[in-house]
Amino acid sequence: MSYAAGVDVGSTQTKAVIIDESRSIVGRSLIDTGANVVTAAETAFAEALADAGILEPEVEYVAGTGYGRYRVTFGNTQVTEISCHGRGAVQMFPGTRTVVDMGGQDTKAIRVNAAGEIADFCMNDKCAAGTGRFLGAASAALDIPLAELGGVAMKAQHPVRISTTCTVFAESEVLSWLGKGKKIEDILAGVHQSIAARSIGLLRRVGIEDEVTFTGGVARNIGMIEALNRGMDLKVNVSEDSHFMGALGAALFALDHIVASRSPVFSEAVV
Amino acid sequence: MTFTAGIDVGSTYTKAVILNDSQEIAGRALNNTGFKLADIARRTFEQALSEAAQKSSDISYVISTGFGRHMVEFSDLAVTDLTASARGANFLFPSTRTVLDVGGQTMKASLLDVNARVKSFRLNDKCAAGTGAFLEKTARYMGFSTTEIGPLVATSKQAVPISGVCAVFAESEVINQLSLGAAPADIMHGAISSLVDRSVQLMKRVHMEPAFTLIGGILRFETMARLVRELLKAEVNVPGGDMVQFTTALGAAILGHQRLRKLADTKPA
Repeated sequence: MSYAAGVDVGSTQTKAVIIDESRSIVGRSLIDTGANVVTAAETAFAEALADAGILEPEVEYVAGTGYGRYRVTFGNTQVTEISCHGRGAVQMFPGTRTVVDMGGQDTKAIRVNAAGEIADFCMNDKCAAGTGRFLGAASAALDIPLAELGGVAMKAQHPVRISTTCTVFAESEVLSWLGKGKKIEDILAGVHQSIAARSIGLLRRVGIEDEVTFTGGVARNIGMIEALNRGMDLKVNVSEDSHFMGALGAALFALDHIVASRSPVFSEAVV
Repeated sequence: MTFTAGIDVGSTYTKAVILNDSQEIAGRALNNTGFKLADIARRTFEQALSEAAQKSSDISYVISTGFGRHMVEFSDLAVTDLTASARGANFLFPSTRTVLDVGGQTMKASLLDVNARVKSFRLNDKCAAGTGAFLEKTARYMGFSTTEIGPLVATSKQAVPISGVCAVFAESEVINQLSLGAAPADIMHGAISSLVDRSVQLMKRVHMEPAFTLIGGILRFETMARLVRELLKAEVNVPGGDMVQFTTALGAAILGHQRLRKLADTKPA
């Protein structure tokens, strides 16, 4: 049995996934990227190997992705995270035609075909509005851990309307709503709706086609899932492994390479 | 003696000016705005009154301005900060045609006619990258407070290029530059430089004409005015000392006196 690995070095977190030849995930790991990107990639890979219970030589091919993909020193190839998220999402939910990937610093809208190939994409690369950072700002302003924000937002009865676009100003707007005596859950629901609205705007630019799969770290946030579902009037696919989607996609590309290298055409050429 | 007051409730600071009828500032005060706008407006007014040794009943007319102008319960009239700053800039520098106001959360450029009326204006209040908040964030990423920005940047010899596209993304840019060995002073210089680029773009959009007057809290940093001057290749007026922060409140107080004269003229004989 040979294995393929994908390492997704994101701005906030680094993810590694190991798959077997049947495309099943056998090992995974998630760590904070921190200041040293090279070390983060090595550590994440080592932890995924341990999780899979295999040794490094058993992994035949490694693909790096994410903004730090060129710092995956042990990687055999690099693939953009857009390709990887599309590929991973279609592998996990074959009906996927649209992917919304929400990470720590950017949000991407991707349209894919049935093979998981990219038809169109769009991302916010100039401005942090509508990204995970917006949640980070709210978490800091309200002193509530990031992981609990979504759950709190779900309790809202009368969501406030967040009017600021900029993540920096959002922090002061959150505090000013608090000063006006609004409930924390209503403020947080407003924050989630505002991020969802911006992401849906991005998705409309590539065209929203059912099914929509939600990937990236923010996909773990139940409040964001709810806000996206409501905003688009559909139900997004979310997997337990949503934040591993980029790494999974990279591992699938790595597996492609392993399979291709065994094809008769290739063997003959070598011979 | 007749007194008027101008109360400028800005996004970051609240300013009050008490002006007598010889157009002299009798008292002024400045506080952090915070989130209780009505309270801070009253407190700042009272502090300015006590500096002027006057009672609130001695003030014949109060004009409020700034983003929180409608929260000032004791004002007789609310005017936009563009109107007030035009009047203040014209008072300090009568030849002013273009006003650039860079505050904590907004940046405004306006073009004035000879009577100090606003002919056109452009503002940025949607994105922190074009405001003082950008400098505050950049300083904070490097472990400096806003009060340290001025002294810090004064030691810079050469600006490090900072794109200034987004105040949030600037964090990674700053960390990157620091890890490459750039000096914090030079990074701060680069951040101010990117803010200046944005200011000049905004001024171009109102079809700026000389004389230029620069006001707002960010103009406390001399580097800001120097870089604008270099980019425009023209002289710019900057009110002395902390008057850069009070120009709009002063303008509101001047408008108060004008209003009183108008009311007196229209009074039936």
